[in-house]
Amino acid sequence: MLPEELHAQLQKKIAAAHRPRELAIDVMYAVQKHYGFLSDEGLLEAADLLGMTSLELEELATFYDFLYRQPVGRFVIHVCDGVVCWMFHEGSVFDYLCQKLGVCAGQTTADGLFTVLPTACAGFCDHAPAMLVNGVPYGPLTPESIDQILQKLRSESCDLVVCR
Amino acid sequence: MNSNPELVLLRNQREDRPATLEEYRASGGYEALALAVREKAPRQICEMVKDSALRGRGGAAFPAGLKWLGVKEDAPHPRYVVCNTDEMEPGTFKDRILVDADPHQAIEGCILAGYAIQAQRGIIFIRPSYEQGAQLLERELEVARQAGFLGQNILGSGFSFDLTVHRSAGRYICGEATAQVNAIMGNRPHPMKGVHMAAQGLWGLPTLVNNVETLACVPHIVRNGPEWFRRLARTPTGGGTKLYAVSGKVNRPGVYELPIGTPLREIIEEHAGGMLSGGEFKACLPGGASTRYLPRQFYDLEMDYDTLKAVGHRLGTGAIIVYDNHTCFVGATLNLQEFFARESCGYCTPCREGLPYIRDLLWRLENGEGKEEYLPMLRQMAGHMAKSYCAFAPGAAEPVISLLTYFADEVREHISQKGCPFKGVDKPRPHLWYPPEE
Repeated sequence: MLPEELHAQLQKKIAAAHRPRELAIDVMYAVQKHYGFLSDEGLLEAADLLGMTSLELEELATFYDFLYRQPVGRFVIHVCDGVVCWMFHEGSVFDYLCQKLGVCAGQTTADGLFTVLPTACAGFCDHAPAMLVNGVPYGPLTPESIDQILQKLRSESCDLVVCR
Repeated sequence: MNSNPELVLLRNQREDRPATLEEYRASGGYEALALAVREKAPRQICEMVKDSALRGRGGAAFPAGLKWLGVKEDAPHPRYVVCNTDEMEPGTFKDRILVDADPHQAIEGCILAGYAIQAQRGIIFIRPSYEQGAQLLERELEVARQAGFLGQNILGSGFSFDLTVHRSAGRYICGEATAQVNAIMGNRPHPMKGVHMAAQGLWGLPTLVNNVETLACVPHIVRNGPEWFRRLARTPTGGGTKLYAVSGKVNRPGVYELPIGTPLREIIEEHAGGMLSGGEFKACLPGGASTRYLPRQFYDLEMDYDTLKAVGHRLGTGAIIVYDNHTCFVGATLNLQEFFARESCGYCTPCREGLPYIRDLLWRLENGEGKEEYLPMLRQMAGHMAKSYCAFAPGAAEPVISLLTYFADEVREHISQKGCPFKGVDKPRPHLWYPPEE
């Protein structure tokens, strides 16, 4: 169950909205942030808050890249596989990332810290090759910079949080 | 602070942080809004935009003034302005730079659009990768409200208009105007056909959807006049400056604001620092992934809508993805088709089924399983994309069509050599998403 405070906060936000449905994504983000992913329970609570059916929300949740219907790690790494980053992956920095973490696309590391997902061009082509970690952009990536980033994430929290 | 006098949209760009309200005002910011709400009729603003030759910067290049005049004066209320900052076209990152440089410029553009069509509400639609931009805009919207530029009774004129930020959850099709409106309404963002947005858009009411770069031009047009804006261009039919987002095999990738119609050679060599050492210009995608490869023979072409159209190309978003002679175009096109096949919303059959078909043929060619008969098959299927429901699949077909037009020999080399000539037969280049070996 969502904590009362968050529930009330979302209710207030929805009441002030132009139309509740316009907040569908925002509410799902908030629920996802609370549970760590968009759980079945969270989806039903979001639907209840918004006055939408769970099917309507499921239609959205399964459509978008940044809503996670399965558990993900504490850090979700969206690795850009757009064409500009592709041009720079000759050194295979992305393979390096996967090998370093011991996972392939869509998997979460055993310690629950990292999930690696491919993503459409993230809009950081001037820093190619690039990736987003919980919404924070990094690039241009090299094996060395990936080592440093992973090390930093293991020891520090992440300031900008998009969806978790 | 950037002091280049030719800069319009990026004149307040700094390296360390976005421009503040004070800095924006010191450069003439919000003067256009004051002028508009106090001295101009809404329709006059539409006419000014029309006379400025401003065309949609999001890729479609539709004349902005005509779109605005499409909202009839007796159309019902409330009316909406949607500022499209979704920018998911691969290779495109100009809107991120634009918003981060000078957020109030984008905000003033939205308010002026609101005044011009007499809207009550604006929505800035932004992709999740640009969360930093979303947070910046939310903060600066409040600053604008406090300063009296936004909200009730703007500058004492009686005109009221407010803006909110709408966060998307990330999907390419949301950049399409009708899909974006569906997304805002909490629907699955399929595009809608036969919908006249100026009459029945968001919530069935008059809606204007413009790219954020388009809207950011408007304060300058209103303040300096349409004639001034037209003179900024280097082509007779163009208007304004353009944010060219240059990426790929150049020394200094980045966004360069230049007079629209600046030749490709000049953009690459004088502004983007030339090609990376060891490479020669082979071709570029002039406006993101859904445009055609522009090969070497067009290196001196002026980069404007009409000049590109005259040679069978499109400027699109002006995001110039530069490829050198070491880049395999079968591989590059395969990457683009993987993107399009994955991002297809799946609503209509040609797009849902055709794009994976094209992708699979390209995959076979790239991986040594190509046959001569695949060339006409690719050409035919790319042609079928015109039968799809929206502009997504025809856009996806553009790089495929130009691959066959300009680089058919390179495709055939893949067939005769049974693999990619750029990486050797036995040594596949590591693929992005191979699982690590057990």
